[in-house]
Amino acid sequence: MTGFAHRHLLGMESLNAAEIAMLLDLGDRFLEINERPIKKVPTLRGKTVINLFLEPSTRTRTSFEIAAKRLSADSVNISGSASSTVKGETLLDTARNLDAMAPDVVVVRHAQAGAAEMLASRLRAGVVNAGDGAHEHPTQALLDCSTIRAHKGRLDGLDVVICGDIRHSRVARSNIWAFTKMGARVRIVAPRTLLAPGLEAMGTPGSVSIHERLEPALEGADVIMMLRIQKERIGGALFPNTREYSRYFGLNPRRLALAKPDAIVMHPGPINRGIEIDPAVADGPRAVILDQVARGVAVRMAVLYLLAGGDAGPSE
Amino acid sequence: MTPRLPPPDSDLLERREILDAAGLGRTLRRMALELTERIPQEGRPLYLVGVRTGGAYLAQRLCGLLAEAGEPRPLLGAVDISLYRDDVFRGLPKPEIGPTELPEPIDGRTVVLVDDVLFTGRTIRAAMDVLADYGRPRAVKLAALVDRGRRELPIQPDVVGVVVETTASESVRVMLSERGEGDRVVLRERRA
Repeated sequence: MTGFAHRHLLGMESLNAAEIAMLLDLGDRFLEINERPIKKVPTLRGKTVINLFLEPSTRTRTSFEIAAKRLSADSVNISGSASSTVKGETLLDTARNLDAMAPDVVVVRHAQAGAAEMLASRLRAGVVNAGDGAHEHPTQALLDCSTIRAHKGRLDGLDVVICGDIRHSRVARSNIWAFTKMGARVRIVAPRTLLAPGLEAMGTPGSVSIHERLEPALEGADVIMMLRIQKERIGGALFPNTREYSRYFGLNPRRLALAKPDAIVMHPGPINRGIEIDPAVADGPRAVILDQVARGVAVRMAVLYLLAGGDAGPSE
Repeated sequence: MTPRLPPPDSDLLERREILDAAGLGRTLRRMALELTERIPQEGRPLYLVGVRTGGAYLAQRLCGLLAEAGEPRPLLGAVDISLYRDDVFRGLPKPEIGPTELPEPIDGRTVVLVDDVLFTGRTIRAAMDVLADYGRPRAVKLAALVDRGRRELPIQPDVVGVVVETTASESVRVMLSERGEGDRVVLRERRA
């Protein structure tokens, strides 16, 4: 076997620290392939990866597609508007039809929490959760861990601020699981209306703290992660207007100065310049946002490698 | 294809010593000399590329020996073939992928692949695929410390340290001081 005991990657909640570290190590190895003149290795030749994206996505879908291609797997993309879901087919029926074509891995994004898990229980293919509702987005957490580890040398003992719309954020959830399992402390910052219940209980006792103001949470922080304010939610009851949000929760140079001098600034993208992050910070020397994107391809290669290879294990 | 899982160390009995530390040093010096004799001048400086992990250490040593012998200092690189194996998902206990490091372009160079033990030839086949992904060398030569025979592909070394006849149940282990072991080459056999 490949040393990875899972057939699917559904969330960071179900991985332990050793498994996360193994995925990160493997991702670091794959990073080098992306710098070669010929960015391709023959490892997954003959394997098929289906990217089933039933929610809009450019970055994540492209990243998975490039990851598959660089490992020589054949990848097929199915997006929400092009799929038969618009003709009324259920997710399960769509997936069963895809499964009948014998893919090795199905990467799924869906608006419903638990969609990936449901597919994993019914399909022969390995399933990668590429975002299910406000539940989890594990490969985003892996690329964030990879980026932090590259810049800080470790995750253990770091103070990480996650600020933004926590309530609707699967990125926040996956990252809280991942960071706390790897020994970091997480400071959650959000207006009260954009918090979610039960966040403190996610990490080991004392590893997750909740803050309703950004400034005190920034003090001494090693990593600052700003989440995108989802414009579709603006104007609703939870979120009155962007100017007010930006005034209290936007990351500008003055606020950044409260963190450690070598703190890094992260954002899962796409960024709203001037709302959650000031352009001077987003383009500044402390931002590692594009490094996150580069590492996304590498960790996704690691995930596909482990899942596509798993069921072909030793024949003995 | 049946995978060839390396048996755990505990299942292997040492049969005999093929080379001791002095013998290994002597053999490498002779290999360095043969490289200088067999490869025409237009192939200089040589580009030594070790196959991870054992071959990478040997390539480093050969590089030093060639420089001592007055050769223009060879270029040094290393390839990891894990992702190019034809049995990548059969028999890899866990994915251990090392970096491929070719600091200078290999285009137009004479590359000498260096491996510790030449056996079926499948490793070298994979190493040549890696090289092809990086460029087009002028020529690729093969130097192996031990040729234990039993080839499964039409691959032959240009320079070889020791030739050892082996059976399928035997294996050759190259121990190197770089890995914290004394320099030694031994023939081992699977416990019955």
